[in-house]
Amino acid sequence: MTAKTKKQFVEKEDVVVKFVGDSGDGMQLTGTIFSDNAALLGNDIATFPDYPAEIRAPHNTIAGVSGFQVHIGREIHTTGDLCDVLVAMNPASLKANLKWAKKGATIIVDTDSFDERSIVRAGYTENPLDDNSLNQYNLIKAPITSVTRDSIKELSTDVKVADKSRNMFALGIIYFIFDRKFDTTFEYLDTKFKKNPLLSQINKVVMTAGYIFAESVEALSSQIHIPKAKLEKGKYRNISGNIATAWGLLAASEKSGIPLFLGSYPITPATEILMELAKHKSLGAKVFQAEDEIAGICSAIGASFAGSLACTSTSGPGLSLKSEAIGLAVMTELPLVIVDVQRGGPSTGLPTKSEQSDLYQALFGRNGEAPCIIIAASSPANCFYFAFEAAKLSMEHMTPVILLTDGYLGNGSQLFRIPKMSDLPKINPPIAKANDKDFKPYRRNPETLVRQWAIPGTEGLRHRIGGLEKENIIGNVSTDPQNHQLMVDLREAKVQKVADFIPEQTLDGKKDADLLVVSWGGTYGAVHSAVEELQAEGKSIAHTHFNYIMPLPKNTADILAGHKKIMVCELNSGQFVNYLRMKHPEHKYTQFNKVQGLPFFVNELTDAINKIIEEK
Amino acid sequence: MENYTIERSKVELTKEDFVSDQMVKWCPGCGDHAILSSVANVFPKIGYRKENFCLVSGIGCSSRFPYYMNTYGFHGIHGRAAAISSGVKIANPHLSVWMATGDGDSMAIGGNHFIHIIRRNIDINIMLFNNQIYGLTKGQYSPTTPMGAITKTSPQGTIEHPFNPGELILGAQGTFFARGVDTNPKMMTEIMFEAARHDGTSVVEILQNCVIFADKTHQTITSKDLRDDHQLHLKNGEPMLFGKEKNKGIIMKDSRLEAVEIGVNGITEDDILIHDQYQQDPGLHLMIAKMSPPHLPIALGVIRSAMYPTYDDMVEEQIKYAKETSKIRNMDDLLNSGDTWVIE
Repeated sequence: MTAKTKKQFVEKEDVVVKFVGDSGDGMQLTGTIFSDNAALLGNDIATFPDYPAEIRAPHNTIAGVSGFQVHIGREIHTTGDLCDVLVAMNPASLKANLKWAKKGATIIVDTDSFDERSIVRAGYTENPLDDNSLNQYNLIKAPITSVTRDSIKELSTDVKVADKSRNMFALGIIYFIFDRKFDTTFEYLDTKFKKNPLLSQINKVVMTAGYIFAESVEALSSQIHIPKAKLEKGKYRNISGNIATAWGLLAASEKSGIPLFLGSYPITPATEILMELAKHKSLGAKVFQAEDEIAGICSAIGASFAGSLACTSTSGPGLSLKSEAIGLAVMTELPLVIVDVQRGGPSTGLPTKSEQSDLYQALFGRNGEAPCIIIAASSPANCFYFAFEAAKLSMEHMTPVILLTDGYLGNGSQLFRIPKMSDLPKINPPIAKANDKDFKPYRRNPETLVRQWAIPGTEGLRHRIGGLEKENIIGNVSTDPQNHQLMVDLREAKVQKVADFIPEQTLDGKKDADLLVVSWGGTYGAVHSAVEELQAEGKSIAHTHFNYIMPLPKNTADILAGHKKIMVCELNSGQFVNYLRMKHPEHKYTQFNKVQGLPFFVNELTDAINKIIEEK
Repeated sequence: MENYTIERSKVELTKEDFVSDQMVKWCPGCGDHAILSSVANVFPKIGYRKENFCLVSGIGCSSRFPYYMNTYGFHGIHGRAAAISSGVKIANPHLSVWMATGDGDSMAIGGNHFIHIIRRNIDINIMLFNNQIYGLTKGQYSPTTPMGAITKTSPQGTIEHPFNPGELILGAQGTFFARGVDTNPKMMTEIMFEAARHDGTSVVEILQNCVIFADKTHQTITSKDLRDDHQLHLKNGEPMLFGKEKNKGIIMKDSRLEAVEIGVNGITEDDILIHDQYQQDPGLHLMIAKMSPPHLPIALGVIRSAMYPTYDDMVEEQIKYAKETSKIRNMDDLLNSGDTWVIE
């Protein structure tokens, strides 16, 4: 739009915008279009969709509210605690999300949706737009439905078509608030509706109507400008954690020259990995949608035996079902990547919400002494590197690796600096050579204790492996007591030796800071932001964030030492802190936990940290 | 072999090429010994390179099989052989994948994987050892144990309806089903050979005797005095004749199969059904698979061998097509695809 407006501009370092409505109102799409546009204009972004488990829960109820949060700014580490701008398409979505709006936030509502029936269905006794309950907010009452219908009456008289494009009216308002141009978004709409140009036209008209409406609103007297991000030079894209995970696996396959096999069963919030890899047959990826979680992992183990980079993707309940088979991969010492996109548990729990409560299961959830490598990603974009690392460690050390991400990382997205494949590290799996006279199934590299990968079809290497305990080196079935002890010890030592091949743990802050804040996995953004804020206030705090969990980095003891207090923050009841108590019992740990299916908010972390500092 | 994807051996192989150095630890008199011997006989005849054979198993007596053959072998976990072998075959279609399993492993704990591997028609040869009992756990009833049988877990007799594996396999859209008995190794070898020739999942049910926990369970079929009248040896294109003098046969009457005697009630050989194992419609195959004494003989040999596309071939075709048509040829292409922008 040309700026014929006399309005003023204000600069803001960062802004959180949340789009909420009925599931089916198109809030995910609206949020995605806005965040992609922000990224294109050079803002740093982080996004998070917040949707119900039901596909279409009853209309206009709290249960059916779907949301999409975008945090844009100069330097972004989280999707933001509370929002500055809330777009609420109906009473239920306002009711469910008002608590996530900052005091003074701009709230845009569709007044047409606040009819008596919808107000009651949302659980209000009175119309919140009339009872002064929203006085502390900058409330923008927009007759979105009626103006939308009116604006397209020359193109379509179908009310359903009009109502489906209401979200574009809201988007138009947002584009005005942030002084955005339509060009790339219109191009996107043209592509999306290539086969139906009329729909593209309708969406454009509605979006323009929203923009024009916003121009005329007194309460939107100033437009917001967000400074461009301070980002390292390079080529960027927006990426979600699940897509990044899928691509990391593909990258490891290409780098190692080992074909990718994924055996998986659909499960929220991990399904996107399966769907994404199914798209990339041109890169040789073989994707097997199995009949259940067990068949997913077992087919992957078969593929691994046959010489593939074998992976299975799942969430907590699926990891439970895979336990026995993970033990088989431990026993047969085959590479296998198990991706667990954690969600709220136990049992079916909170399928669409996020938690870090599968750590115990990853560490201990198998029969027998069954150590696995465990690593955890800490941002949507670095899921790429940790998936790559999981595949690399798994193949080079001939052992299953559990990669922990979570729903928040998997569905959230952020800017991703596109790497060159030539810059990624080499992967060297220990593949046995044809007719190697010295080959024995369980002969090990003396330094790494890793056995060789003898791939069926190779001449001169016929051998048998399986879930029964095997005789050291030779590989025949053995129930000998001393041999079993030796093999148990060797499998454990092999995994512990991985510590020689992973990066050392880093400390953000001073070695002698009074308080050491510890976190792991998907909470990095929030904990980092909280610590940074308090460090800026001059508080004596350091932060260490773990991505490598089993084994722990070699210098972990050194990192933990030298502080008056250690505080471990995690989204469970204290699984990592107890693991540290077991591994490094010389320290006293305090803990900060939250198990609500929600990420940490920066302000609750700063409050909790301040409290710990003040405690004597 | 018609299958073009599996490399053939350049030298003539013998049974000795497949004998493992491991002591065979099945009970003396167990039917498994005869099955092992048949497989060792048939592998060299199939003619693939010996490194291209891969044996996969689950858990149970049958599933020790891979240790006793000198091939690539994988001894899995209970019930999961079908899933593991699916992964092996999809990952490397150049392998001839054989699966050893039992009535507990595949009909009970692995039932789900079993029906789905068949439905997908992945080119794997399944040897289903059916002894109607759990042997390795010492004598509990299985999903194929006849109703009423006294076992360790059914002291008053089982109250479960048993599966007829053939019925289950055809119900799951099986493209190949054959049945043999451990007392007839010659026929077993022939069946295994045909199973190997079949593109798609082939299931060979072997009626196998457990001498310890279900001895003589197949006696009405295998005993010398009954076998001629209780076994029908199917041959493709030939009439379904049985009996010591081959004077009995199977006819279709009132939409049902019936055993008749040639020369009685005006029946001639022309009235006897001709076996067509390649018939696409599984209707008659199902009826044949369900035949059982005393009124009908049990059908042995290849009951069904129908041509359908295999899962593994279609995987390769989709990949080939994607590679020919996609703009994404490597990871750098993928990473740089879609919306990207440069920050200076």
